Amino acid sequence: MITTTDKKGHIAAKTGNEVMAEAMRQIAPDVVAAYPITPATEVVQIFSQFVADGLVPTEFVAVESEHSAMSACIGAAAAGARTMTGTSSQGLALMWEMLYIAAGLRLPIVMAEVNRALSAPINIHGDQSDTMGARDAGWIQIYSENSQEAYDNMIQAVRIAEKAKLPTMVTTDGFIISHCMEVVEMTADEEVKKFVGPYKPEHRLLDVDKPFTLGAIDLQDYYFEHRWQLAQAMRDAKPIILEVAKDFAKTFGRNYGLFEEYRMDEAEIAIVIIGSAAGTAKVVIDALRAKGIKAGLIKIRVFRPFPAAELAAALAKVKAVAVMDRADSCSGTFAPVFSDIASALYTSLAGQAMPKLINYVYGLGGRDIMPEHFNEVFGRLEKIKAGGPIGETLSYINVRM
Amino acid sequence: MNITDKKLSAKELPLGDVLDAGTACQFITGGWRSERPVWNKEKCIQCMLCWVSCPDSSIEVTDGKVSGIDLEHCKGCGICAKECPVKPVKAILMEAEKK
Repeated sequence: MITTTDKKGHIAAKTGNEVMAEAMRQIAPDVVAAYPITPATEVVQIFSQFVADGLVPTEFVAVESEHSAMSACIGAAAAGARTMTGTSSQGLALMWEMLYIAAGLRLPIVMAEVNRALSAPINIHGDQSDTMGARDAGWIQIYSENSQEAYDNMIQAVRIAEKAKLPTMVTTDGFIISHCMEVVEMTADEEVKKFVGPYKPEHRLLDVDKPFTLGAIDLQDYYFEHRWQLAQAMRDAKPIILEVAKDFAKTFGRNYGLFEEYRMDEAEIAIVIIGSAAGTAKVVIDALRAKGIKAGLIKIRVFRPFPAAELAAALAKVKAVAVMDRADSCSGTFAPVFSDIASALYTSLAGQAMPKLINYVYGLGGRDIMPEHFNEVFGRLEKIKAGGPIGETLSYINVRM
Repeated sequence: MNITDKKLSAKELPLGDVLDAGTACQFITGGWRSERPVWNKEKCIQCMLCWVSCPDSSIEVTDGKVSGIDLEHCKGCGICAKECPVKPVKAILMEAEKK
C-alpha cells in the first residue's frame, strides 16, 4: 500500500521501465554502459534521453554487446565510477562470464534486470529463468513485485552494493511490470541524492597516487581463499540490506525486509512466490481469508543472499506450503526457489514438525497465472493439510500437457 | 622478499583480488633461465635498443646509460642479444647458464 509520508514526493503514473530510468536519473551514476534488449531496452533508452537532454551528467557508453556492457561497467567501476546498467535474458546470458568477474572483483555495479525467458525457443516475455540462472554468480538479487518496489529497490541497491561491495541486480517481471503503467509514489531528487550519498570507493584505478593491482591470477594456492571471501561477503550482505531498508523507511516512509509476509498470521496453508504474480495471489488470499480459510503468502524480495533461517522460521508453523517457481531448473528434480526453501527447512527445522512441501512451475515465457490457478493451488494445499496424499511434489500449472 | 613466501589466510587476504601495485619486481624469475645475456661495457654504444626490446624490463639503466643486466628477472629470452646492432661482435652475447 502506498502512503505518502514524504511531503516533497509526488504521485506519478509510471511503467516499471520508466520508473527504473527515473530512479537512475535521480541516482545520477557516473557511468552507464549498456546494450538494448527487449523488454529492458526502455530503461536505458529513456535514461540515455535524459543524458542527451542534459538532465543527468552521466557518461553514457553505448557498447556493441551486453558482454561489452558489463566489461565497460567493470572498467568504470574499477576506475572509481558509480556504475549502472540494464539488461534481460539473452543479454544477461551473454555477459555471464563478466557477471562472475564483477562479483569476484567486488565491484558495486547496479543492474536493472527485467526478467525475461531464456531461449531456446526464443521468447521475449516475463519469467525469471534469466536471473535464476545467474544465482550463483555472487550478485545480490532483489526482486520487485511492482513498479513501486522497482523504484524503491533501485535506490536502495546503490547503498547496498557499495556497502556490501557486491554487484546487485534489481528485477521486474518482463512486460508484466516493465511495460505496465502503475501508480507510483516518487520521491524528490534531493532526497534520493541525499539517501544514496557520494560514492567513496576504497580503491580507484584512476587514483594514480595510490596504485594497486586488480584482478591478478590466483593459482591453486589462493583461489579458494578469495572465493571464501566472496561467499562470506554474500552472507554479510543480509544485515546490510536490512540496515539500508531501515534507513530507507526513515526517509521515504516505505518499509522493506528480506521478504514480505502477507496474511501469514496463523496461516495453515501458504505459498512462497517471487515477483508480480504475488499481486494476483494476494487477491485470492483475501477472498480465502474472508471465507475463513487460513491462507497466506510469502513473497521473497531478497533471493540472494537467500534468507534461509528467516524463511524457515516464517514457514515453521504452516501445515502445507506450495513453492511457486517462475523458472524451471533442468535439474531433473525441482525448480530453483523450491530447492532453496527445502534446504532451508531441512537445516533450520531439523527435529521439528515440518510443513509439507510441493513445487509448482508456472508462468514460463510470460504464460499467465490467473486467480483460478491460485485457487487450484490452495485447494490442493487444503487437501494436503487435511491429511490427503501429496502426490507428485512437482507440478506444472497452466500448461497444456 | 619473494611475495610467494608467506601464504595469507582467507581472512588476511585483501578483499576482491586487490594487491599492491608493482609487486612483480619482488617475484624472482631469474631462476627460469637456461642461457644468460652477458653485456660487454666496452663494446656497448648506448643505443638503448636492448632496453627498449627487453620484455622483462631487465636491462639496468643508470643516469640514462645501460649499466648491466638484472639477473634476478632476466628470463634469458635472448631478444637483447638479437637486437644489439654492434658489429662485428655484439655488445650482448648469450652464454649457457652455469649450473
